[in-house]
Amino acid sequence: MGKILMKGNEAIGEAAIRAGCLNYFAYPITPQSEVAEYLARRMPEVNGVFLQGESEVAVGYMIFGASACGERVFTTSSSPGVSLMSEAISYIAGAQCPAVFVNIIRGGPGLGGILPSQADYFQATKGGGHGDYRLLVMAPASVQEAVEMVMKAFPLAEKYRNPVMILGDGLIGQMMEPVEFPEDLRTEPSNKDEWATNGMSTRGDDKQNLVKSLYLDPTALNDHNLLLKSKYDQMKKEEVLYEPVNMDTDYKALIVSYGTMSRVCKSAVAMLKEEGIEVGMIRPQTLFPFPEKAIADAAEKSSCKIILSIEMSMGQMVEDVERCVKGKLPVSWYGKCGGDVPSPEEIMDVVKERI
Amino acid sequence: MQNEVMFAGFGGQGILMCGKILAHAALEEGSEVVWIPSYGPEMRGGTAYCLVITSDKPIASPIIKNPANLVAMNLPSIDKFAPEVRPDGVILINKSLANVSSGRTDVDEILVPVTEIAIEVGSVKAANIVALGAFVARSKIVDFDVLKEMVKKEFSTKKKFLDLNMNALERGRQAAL
Amino acid sequence: MGKTFKRPEALSENHTHYCPGCTHGVIHRLIAEVIDELGIRKNTVGIAPVGCAVLAYNYFTFDFQEAAHGRAPAMATGIKRVRPDLNVFTYQGDGDLASIGMGEIIHAANRGEKFTSIFVNNAVYGMTGGQMAPTTMPDQKTTTSPYGRDIGQTGMPIKVANLLAALQTDAYITRQTVIRPKDINKTKKAIKQAFTYQLEGRCFSMVEVVSTCPTNWGMTPVEAIKWTEDNLLPYYELGDYKTPQ
Repeated sequence: MGKILMKGNEAIGEAAIRAGCLNYFAYPITPQSEVAEYLARRMPEVNGVFLQGESEVAVGYMIFGASACGERVFTTSSSPGVSLMSEAISYIAGAQCPAVFVNIIRGGPGLGGILPSQADYFQATKGGGHGDYRLLVMAPASVQEAVEMVMKAFPLAEKYRNPVMILGDGLIGQMMEPVEFPEDLRTEPSNKDEWATNGMSTRGDDKQNLVKSLYLDPTALNDHNLLLKSKYDQMKKEEVLYEPVNMDTDYKALIVSYGTMSRVCKSAVAMLKEEGIEVGMIRPQTLFPFPEKAIADAAEKSSCKIILSIEMSMGQMVEDVERCVKGKLPVSWYGKCGGDVPSPEEIMDVVKERI
Repeated sequence: MQNEVMFAGFGGQGILMCGKILAHAALEEGSEVVWIPSYGPEMRGGTAYCLVITSDKPIASPIIKNPANLVAMNLPSIDKFAPEVRPDGVILINKSLANVSSGRTDVDEILVPVTEIAIEVGSVKAANIVALGAFVARSKIVDFDVLKEMVKKEFSTKKKFLDLNMNALERGRQAAL
Repeated sequence: MGKTFKRPEALSENHTHYCPGCTHGVIHRLIAEVIDELGIRKNTVGIAPVGCAVLAYNYFTFDFQEAAHGRAPAMATGIKRVRPDLNVFTYQGDGDLASIGMGEIIHAANRGEKFTSIFVNNAVYGMTGGQMAPTTMPDQKTTTSPYGRDIGQTGMPIKVANLLAALQTDAYITRQTVIRPKDINKTKKAIKQAFTYQLEGRCFSMVEVVSTCPTNWGMTPVEAIKWTEDNLLPYYELGDYKTPQ
């Protein structure tokens, strides 16, 4: 099958179906309502479940309920909606259920705006909800990558029995690009009989399965958190993804940037190269786990004088970059988060000014 | 080689569809393509624009400060986008709604009475297709016959508008020659 | 010998943590008996609330999920939509269902979700220590209404069964109690009816059970029963509020 032109939001909906997820609950919010509109049409065609919940709060728990009985399920939302779902996300992580959440970020805080933003970096990678939990967070930079990440998200969520979040921005959701749906990314759901509340007759046993996050005994709760931590540590070992750009040169500066912003930076890197200025770039594809080693190694390069975290937020990822660089080089932030995405020319100027 | 066109006008003028058809044509020709809409609460009457980027290589930045070409369907679009167009690009102006020059002398500027032609072929709603025909004929950003196929495809399920729009496309082409 | 008294298979051997005189134990047993009688234990998923019954799953022998405060109807919706073949019930108190979870219960009922809610109404927050609930009676003293519930500030107690019955969607909505033996039998019948409607795929069902909380009311169990008869039952009238068409 050749490539077809699809809007990011619609492609995300189709990708989930192609990945074998036929259950979707959602609440409309700009700029990702097209996912719900697309799946309202499409789910009945594949005998799937589509339900528009009464709020993002409720949707979060519809996801929890469905996921707790072992079914593949996902939802999509945008920033304020994800804030409301964050309660459920904490419970799902605590109860160790797999589920996929897509956040097509808009500007914040509060109602903010509806234009592209990356201001939910902290929310996605550092919590959002309460308690010691992490999400596996992937950030696509194109519609094709969004498709692939959505398709990979389900087996990853099942591998770790943990929610996976796809962190896009308004532009990823709204723009159209040619896409194809790789057949080899479709997987069968993993065995869930050990933990899912799918009914004892479904499993053919007589053992109660319990999905819960309450541990009143301090030792039990500590042990539970240690178990969760071991999963997050395993993610750090096994799931880091990033794209190096122009890293085989004697770059004078290193850019760290993800999602839509990284594409703008990529153009800037190419234009600077034409002017004889070498700039390297690392594009984290997973935000948690973060490409810590790649950035730490890149900071060892003797030609490199400065590291720039360029993001559509007021300096969120830069804290992780600083953490990796450990003070070996100056780390500088540049960004905008009102909805105007900086142009390549603007990034060029920033790089030239700071090296 | 990367090429871009900004389509801009009032919401409801079919700006987004115009870009979509062009994007499909570019994909049909084997190009890389990105279509980026303006999106917002305005459904009718507000400003609408979309950017189409085509290239023979993977497209990096979807944010373009200076697009190669502009199709301006109303006066505010000229004011907003004409100064940004790169030298040697095409600026197509809907003369019916904005009978003015952009003032740019380093571009190929063409004024087409897009809305009037659309009314002549049968519907003011076909103005976007008239503009698309004129722009592609002038800029040669995609092959005109491929474009024609895409317009045909777009209206294949709305038969009663098919002839009208094919006619609109052709009249646009003629106006740009 | 006639009937022997034995533990239903659906009820576990664990001792409950409930206070003396609390009616949760009775209601748990009724649910377990009904599940046994319908033969649906291996196909049932219960949802525990946040409240005194948060540990309810320790007392049953089938699958259970634990909800966040008030969200059990949304979780039940999630289960029933993806696994309509499972028998699903939520077990919720008045703080959980009628306060923080009011949005979820109304919308689940209005969508006609095919699950059952067992709503235990004892006019007070139990687990958190006797605070005012939406179902607390006028002038009733609680730890957050120490001078008695002031209806000028907090409104009248919410009659949940009446409220849900007012929705236009088909449903089985009933209010029962477990303070006297004859009421216990009626409540069991209502729970069985609710599960039967669910198994038939008919409608949403809710059994509101007017209950006691001797500890937080500051009464002996016997006084609590008397207080329920005198104060709760005249306001929370028993009976079927809606049956499916």
